[in-house]
Amino acid sequence: MTEPLSFEKSRGSAGPPRLPDANVTAPEPSQLLGPEHIRSKAPGLPRLSEPEIMRHYSRLASMNYSISEQFYPLGSCTMKYNPVVNETAAALPGFAGLHPYQDEDSVQGALELMWRLERALSAVVGVERVTLQPAAGAHGEWTALRMIQAYHHSRGDARTEVLVPDSAHGTNPASAALSGFHVVEVRSGRDGRISLADLESKLSPSVAALMLTNPNTLGLFERQILDIAEMVHATGAMLYYDGANLNAFMGICRPGDMGFDAVHMNLHKTFTTPHGGGGPGAGPVGVKADLVPFLPTPTVERTNGHLTLDFKRPKSIGRVRTFYGNFGMLVRAYAYIVAMGGDGLTQASRDAVLSANYLRKQVEDDLEMPHDGPCMHEFVASARNLAQDGIKALDIAKALLDRDFYAPTVYFPLVVPEAIMVEPTETESKATLDAFGAAIKEIVAQAKTNPQALHDAPQTLPVGRLDEVAAARRINAYLQGQSDDPVLRWKAAEK
Amino acid sequence: MLAAIGVQSMDELLLDIPSSLRIKALELPAGLSEFETMAEIASLAARNRVFPDRLTFRGGGVYRRFIPAAVAAVTSKPEFYTAYTPYQPEASQGTLQAIFEFQTLIAELTALDVANASLYDGATAVAEAAMMAHVHTGRNEVVVPGYLHPEYMEVLRVFSEGRGIKVRRGTEPGPKTAAVIFQQPDFLGLLVDARSLTESAHAAGALAIACVDPISLAILAPPGEYGADIAVGEGQQLGLSPSYGGPHVGFISCRKELVRRLPGRLVGTAYDKQGRRGFTLALAAREQHIRREKATSNICTNHSLCALAASVYMTYMGPDGLRQVAEVSFKRAHALSERLAALPGWEPAFPDRQFLNEFPMRVPKGPAVVRKLARKGILGPLDVHRWFRELKGVLTFTCTEVNDPRALDELVAALES
Amino acid sequence: MADRRYTKTHEWVTVDGKTVTVGITDYAQSQLGDVVFLELPSPGRTLGVRESFGVVESVKAASDLYSPVAGKVSAVNEKLSAKPELVNSDPYGDGWIMKLELTGELPPDLLDEAEYKKVTEAGAH
Ligand SMILES: Cc1ncc(COP(=O)(O)O)c(C=O)c1O
Repeated sequence: MTEPLSFEKSRGSAGPPRLPDANVTAPEPSQLLGPEHIRSKAPGLPRLSEPEIMRHYSRLASMNYSISEQFYPLGSCTMKYNPVVNETAAALPGFAGLHPYQDEDSVQGALELMWRLERALSAVVGVERVTLQPAAGAHGEWTALRMIQAYHHSRGDARTEVLVPDSAHGTNPASAALSGFHVVEVRSGRDGRISLADLESKLSPSVAALMLTNPNTLGLFERQILDIAEMVHATGAMLYYDGANLNAFMGICRPGDMGFDAVHMNLHKTFTTPHGGGGPGAGPVGVKADLVPFLPTPTVERTNGHLTLDFKRPKSIGRVRTFYGNFGMLVRAYAYIVAMGGDGLTQASRDAVLSANYLRKQVEDDLEMPHDGPCMHEFVASARNLAQDGIKALDIAKALLDRDFYAPTVYFPLVVPEAIMVEPTETESKATLDAFGAAIKEIVAQAKTNPQALHDAPQTLPVGRLDEVAAARRINAYLQGQSDDPVLRWKAAEK
Repeated sequence: MLAAIGVQSMDELLLDIPSSLRIKALELPAGLSEFETMAEIASLAARNRVFPDRLTFRGGGVYRRFIPAAVAAVTSKPEFYTAYTPYQPEASQGTLQAIFEFQTLIAELTALDVANASLYDGATAVAEAAMMAHVHTGRNEVVVPGYLHPEYMEVLRVFSEGRGIKVRRGTEPGPKTAAVIFQQPDFLGLLVDARSLTESAHAAGALAIACVDPISLAILAPPGEYGADIAVGEGQQLGLSPSYGGPHVGFISCRKELVRRLPGRLVGTAYDKQGRRGFTLALAAREQHIRREKATSNICTNHSLCALAASVYMTYMGPDGLRQVAEVSFKRAHALSERLAALPGWEPAFPDRQFLNEFPMRVPKGPAVVRKLARKGILGPLDVHRWFRELKGVLTFTCTEVNDPRALDELVAALES
Repeated sequence: MADRRYTKTHEWVTVDGKTVTVGITDYAQSQLGDVVFLELPSPGRTLGVRESFGVVESVKAASDLYSPVAGKVSAVNEKLSAKPELVNSDPYGDGWIMKLELTGELPPDLLDEAEYKKVTEAGAH
């Protein structure tokens, strides 16, 4: 099944929607504005009637896998179930209808929610304060690095390097570079954990921070985290926590206690705000006392039960986006925290670790396990053992799609060849984990008996494997002026 | 499950965590039932004051507009809102096609070649565009003439500082200028001479970056028509509720020559073995997961679902509907500005400048006016003096299709009382 | 070809008088996969040894190109803009990337075939 584009469906037969008339006496735009201001050709937007819209998007929706329908063991992404009550909460008119420039007195409930969320997140990660402004994890990373940079500058210390492990997510080095830092890679050792010797050799007075996630992207707890923190702090650098993996240990331990100075959290992972097919999320950043003066403005302050926005923070790095963050996502995360409570969050993490270890056990004889267990909330396997059958991680991913599972993350982290990164989360039943384990077994068996079937997967979806190489070449032909087909957008045929 | 794993207790799975780090419990209240949770959340919502749409005359980057019911009907489909970034294209064609349509809609609206899948908001879109210009030209300064939204300006500064780019207010680009960045209409609602700003940028060898209001483009010349290189903006007006400032959606589009420098996701068409057309993430080698520290941006998660809302909105409106919305807003705002100018002591703050549906008035005792209106249940104009010292007593009013003629009467009556 | 030399970053060079031809090795192209785009320098640009001069991209990877020698770019392979796949199909022939006019001597650390083979074997997982 495929669905034509809205542009292809639009035939101009649906007239414009019924909209109010102006009903005031006033000139037309063309009477007042100079011709240089007026658009010469109407934009080529499609127009579909409401029934056509509903059918178009319902058909598109049916082509998606989503948590609401499938197991989604996408490593590093924490695709846990998104409680629907979160949606009800965010849609309350008392939140959705607020203008960001209303007076503080008229938004006390919103500010109180932000203040309480800040306190709750601080408690979970063990920091002094949290900014709720960043829109996603990457934005949070960059915000934190700007604070760390400002901190060093305030001490007359112009540090220019940021250390990033080779197993790190791509946003880590990209955020560091966007902050103007030179990125230096630190190697992982054989056991999948950061190599202390390599770290030692790269630490110097020019290092501003080490960015780390724990458990690391291999799903392994950095056992020597306290030593790492000591080494980093001894050189005057700061320790940054990429909170994408926070789901491993809520209520069990806290990044703040491990020595991290700044921490971002992905509310769209750990705190169940939905992913939306690629956002919006929210990436709050928590900091220890040293970094508090540098937090983005405004912060939310509470005195005698009255809440205010504080813009007067002379050392602040300034704002990192408009207004106060993705407020609608903050409401959802807060609803989740209230419903779960401290006990519930702790249980969630314990169950996430249990699920991951259970699933790892189910598949450990079928796929290569490059590192010893136990794992935390996710594990990384490798399809290297199927290389002799010509089967790659990608083939396994596609074969899983045919079996009604979304695929794990593949080819990340980069340090494991043919990586298959599985994060089941706590919201899946044992029955689902068993079914997934059975599917992996079946696929691995098929690698021996009928590898071609795996190369041909998926067969049951709206399209089969797409020729991305041809697509990329067509795009480059367009960009170099050798073709008229833009590939990256629809274009009406020339009349 | 523990037995299957081969351990006696949960704690055996957590042995890698040094015992000195283990905590006993989180210092948070215990969990609540759904009913109690909603009661607590609703009690917070009840402590906020929501002004009716029709009596909201405040804008400043976030606007009340009619939102067709179809928007929420589509975005609340769990197949859309609980999916991840479409890494497996065969199982994500719905999201991918929706993004492809969004990219085309934005490219059409701005009359530029290619748009991306979305950015966080209008402010970060401005900053990302400045980074593109910096890399493209190898120059280290951006020039901002006129009244760019003050929060966009601040975000631009914070981004630029990291990269060692200077942000200069002014109108004259020089040999070090990477881009001239202007907002059309500007933060006060006034039209700028986009054409000559673009020409001055090009004459200096700089790029022209236009920050535009998407609805205005039903009437106004789009960036592609006056030769701007990059268009950016905030898409909140395209079907998103104010929601105390977010989530909304940033957009960015550019000329073909700059596409390789675009930040974030791009979706393109591709074909399978049977020749069926599908959609997939494209030009990913620009992005952080492949290019790491050399990526064009660090953005990963963007604002896909908000972009979907914007697509539904634009497809519902079509070119004629969008134009009607823009024109009704234009006329109501002009009718209102005439009436306000007749109030004793009130006058247009910039009488020689044109506007669409947001405009600045110079009034005696601005803050008192705003307070008085609030007492009468009206979310009155925005006092812009807060950001610009020279604009003492200047308030900006916004009118859209949701402010019906009786609402204008009520506003004027309240001001006269 | 006996007089082909290599770098640890997987470029190759051949020398003809003062003219040096540069490309990427067969090993490099096989690691990258189908090449879809190359960003190449403008002729006339001067490059130092190990200076980054461009990028080669496949769908899943992108790799910086480093100049094996110091010199001035005298030509780039124009065919690659329409047919980047030549880098895959004929890396040592039609898939050459650029020519340089050598300034000074060849750097001493260029590898011969056997030495380069050791590098690729160590790098392969
Ligand atoms: C380990 C890690 N760090 C950072 C990020 C970036 O987060 P976001 O996509 O919210 O920007 C991700 C998400 O994909 C991640 O998995």
